[in-house]
Amino acid sequence: MKIGAPKEIFEGENRVALTPQSALQLQKLGYECVIETGAGAAARFSDQDYKDAGVTVVKTGAALWKACDFIIKVRAPEDVEVKRFVKGQTLISFIWPAQSEDLLEKLRAKGVTAIAMDMVPRISRAQKMDALSSMANIGGYRAVVEASNNFGRFFTGQITAAGKVPPATVLVIGAGVAGLAAIGAAQSMGAIVRAFDVRPEVAEQIESMGGEFLFLDFDDNQDGAATGGYAAVSSPEFREKQLELFRAQAPEVDIVITTALIPGRDAPKLWLEDMVMAMKAGSVIVDLAAERGGNCDLTVPNEKIETSNGVTIIGYTDLPSRMATQSSTLYSTNIRHMMDDLTPEKDGVPVHNMEDDVIRGATVTHGGEITFPPPPPKVKAIAPAKPKAPEKTPEEIRADETAAAKAAGRKQTGMLIIGGLLMLLIGAYAPPSFMQHFIVFVLSIFIGFQVIWKVSHALHTPLMAITNAISSVVILGAILQISVSGGFLVTLLAAISVLIASINIVGGFAVTRRMLAMFQKS
Amino acid sequence: MSIGLVTAGYIVASVLFILALGGLSDQEKAKRAVWFGIIGMAIAVIVTMFGPGVQSLWLLVPMMIIGAVIGLVVAQRVEMVGMPQLVAALHSFVGLAAVLIGINSILYAPEGLTHAEEIIHEVEVFLGVFIGAITFTGSIIAYGKLAGKLDGKALILPGRHVMNAAGLILSVILMLMFLNGAGIWTLLLMMLIAFAIGGHLVMAIGGADMPVVVSMLNSYSGWAAAATGFMLGNDLLIVVGALVGSSGAILSYIMCVAMNRKFLAVILGGFGAPTGPAMEIEGEQIAIDADGVAAALEEADSIVIVPGYGMAVAQAQHPISELVKRLRAKGKTVRFGIHPVAGRLPGHMNVLLAEAKVPYDIVMEMDEINDDLPETDVVIVVGSNDIVNPAAQDDPNSPIAGMPVLEVWKAKQVFVSKRGQGTGYSGIENPLFFKENTRMFYGDAKTSIDNLLKLID
Repeated sequence: MKIGAPKEIFEGENRVALTPQSALQLQKLGYECVIETGAGAAARFSDQDYKDAGVTVVKTGAALWKACDFIIKVRAPEDVEVKRFVKGQTLISFIWPAQSEDLLEKLRAKGVTAIAMDMVPRISRAQKMDALSSMANIGGYRAVVEASNNFGRFFTGQITAAGKVPPATVLVIGAGVAGLAAIGAAQSMGAIVRAFDVRPEVAEQIESMGGEFLFLDFDDNQDGAATGGYAAVSSPEFREKQLELFRAQAPEVDIVITTALIPGRDAPKLWLEDMVMAMKAGSVIVDLAAERGGNCDLTVPNEKIETSNGVTIIGYTDLPSRMATQSSTLYSTNIRHMMDDLTPEKDGVPVHNMEDDVIRGATVTHGGEITFPPPPPKVKAIAPAKPKAPEKTPEEIRADETAAAKAAGRKQTGMLIIGGLLMLLIGAYAPPSFMQHFIVFVLSIFIGFQVIWKVSHALHTPLMAITNAISSVVILGAILQISVSGGFLVTLLAAISVLIASINIVGGFAVTRRMLAMFQKS
Repeated sequence: MSIGLVTAGYIVASVLFILALGGLSDQEKAKRAVWFGIIGMAIAVIVTMFGPGVQSLWLLVPMMIIGAVIGLVVAQRVEMVGMPQLVAALHSFVGLAAVLIGINSILYAPEGLTHAEEIIHEVEVFLGVFIGAITFTGSIIAYGKLAGKLDGKALILPGRHVMNAAGLILSVILMLMFLNGAGIWTLLLMMLIAFAIGGHLVMAIGGADMPVVVSMLNSYSGWAAAATGFMLGNDLLIVVGALVGSSGAILSYIMCVAMNRKFLAVILGGFGAPTGPAMEIEGEQIAIDADGVAAALEEADSIVIVPGYGMAVAQAQHPISELVKRLRAKGKTVRFGIHPVAGRLPGHMNVLLAEAKVPYDIVMEMDEINDDLPETDVVIVVGSNDIVNPAAQDDPNSPIAGMPVLEVWKAKQVFVSKRGQGTGYSGIENPLFFKENTRMFYGDAKTSIDNLLKLID
């Protein structure tokens, strides 16, 4: 089987999908490698380098297409390239299937199997072929380099003989791979780095790179694990809060690097015109989302502009291509790993296993069918943040409440029936005079329960003291007994009772008053 | 005064008593509520004294005056730290009074009762004396334990449940004999048995369960009053007895919930044995001196203080109050977290802090403060142990497993003021002391806080 990499025809694209190094590795898998002449020139790989690595160099793209079974590319094929495909060929490149239905249809019609490098699922096993991450890494680094190139000051703070230099403050919005790379690069250049992301779980990663996480206090924070590690669209309320946070940052920061992207959508507008206007002259904004419309209102894709208040906005969409040697090396390695997975026997015979999560996820056309979007991968990208108890719907909660109320009702009814029977039993035998007192007793208990539950916890000690005082109302019994002519003993015992009950009454109330007087409000 | 007027007075008194208890729902109303209680009691006593059939005022009035003077003196003199023992002692008086009145009402039986009424009356007397006697000795033992005159440890006699049950059965047999006219000796014997049961019951209950015991005795004193009311046919006594009885019962229930223990298990004494090996504790206890604590306090914005019985013992509430005042003057948020069973009496800590002039609106209950602890910079634990023990949540084999605790270990930093490396009342090791964010501030609580005060101004 032959694998061929044509020269990229997209204007300004310097990268190439095959490097001499990756060619050697592919040959080990049993493939023959072919390259169009001059394809690697912009990335500093000469035809001779390829030849030395055992790669066949062909004169034209058309020849390459004829010669090869696998076409590996960086950019999605353009119409002229699509026309060259014949049935049974396989394409590996960035495709962006969600935004390029036309292309998918054309590839399908041609009977091409297309593997989109941008569709590789984010699972651990597939990291080695995650071209988005490797490109984003380069983008993030390059964004800082571009920013410093256009920024008139040091990044690091210095105290020199010629005066003190404050450090630059960098704000990174979106802490994905690009954002984290930018944080790391800016931090290592000495800047103060702040970073924001809608997924609170990345705070740790930001801090590990040396950035300060700007925490947004909001209940409805996203769980990135649910969306395969990517951000999702946020609610309007959240967005408002977020913009408020950015607005507060705008006058303070010198450099803003925005990397916020939501899969399959236009880039969210996060750095509005008024924020740009609030920035200091000489500040720089690098908008890594420029290709998808930009995170900044004023971004012009592929251009560097300067606003009326002296803020430079860089909207380059080809940052990885600006470091073509590095990005080609990484990209070609990603492709090589993809081929590795496609060739389990390492015998140069690809097996397109549609059961495999990674291969299935990345394949967008196969066997005359469009196979996009793929089913959700069997392996979750990231373990869910925590095993959340299944959220109960309002109906379920209501059902639970009704059930609890019913159970409580049954219990209460049961108690009432038992209590009632008990009362009947007592009533049947006890004399009426007793029953009259009994009514008072039972009702008083009920009043007691109602009243005491409302007593504040802090006043439990005074409560005990006062109940103690009033329970000495037994003195009434002694007062009544002291006067009866029951002999000396009765009078003596009654007198002692009066004495100790009096101690209790007066002591109890006095102590309660003393305690309550101490409680003071601040 | 006619019976009608007396009854009217009783009705007014009952209403006033209910208002007095209801008024304790907040600190400001409470001050007025005590007056309701006092007036209610005055009305009740006066209408009875001047009611029909009361003659011996020459004996009555001096007795009451002597009692009042003693009561006032005791109430003025008592230290706030001594409040638990005072409350226990006062309970014993109610118990004793109920016993004496019960015996009296047999010595001088009311006339003109039908047979059924007589039986009921005798049962009432028997019950009144029984409950009163248990309250009396139980309270005395509780007083002894709280005042440190008796060993605070639980006294576990072999076969103690059998002994209690035997006493109870014997009492029932004596009651049946008494009802069949066996004479007053059965009543007196039963009284002695009840004295023994009461003492033994409380002996078997250890120090930290004392809040439950005191509130339980509070409840008993109420039921004793109610029983007395029944035997005298006096509705006011019945009303008050029922109010006090249910009040004590609710307090006991609250305390038991706060310790995650069954009421019966507490009452029957002893402390639950662990159901398995305790979890291994890793790490070591790291000590810190006053300088370190002071430095941390200077840096902290929010501080929570968790006091326990140790604070009461060391009388540390005054220096703590001063510390709080100084920290608050610096603009720091300082609050107290109070566990429902901290101390030896329900609400014990609140009273001590109030005495030291800590404003009550910064004194929070456990449930109010637990959620805030993770955002708290510094927690100072003063003389409490089990109520801040994470084993209650982490170790299912711990004797206190499931007991609600203050989650102080979630704070950024915890300082534990403690006399030494010993374990708490329950005798279980506290993993809190071994946590990374915990520092041990050894020494007597009062001395430690005093040292701290020298460093913070």
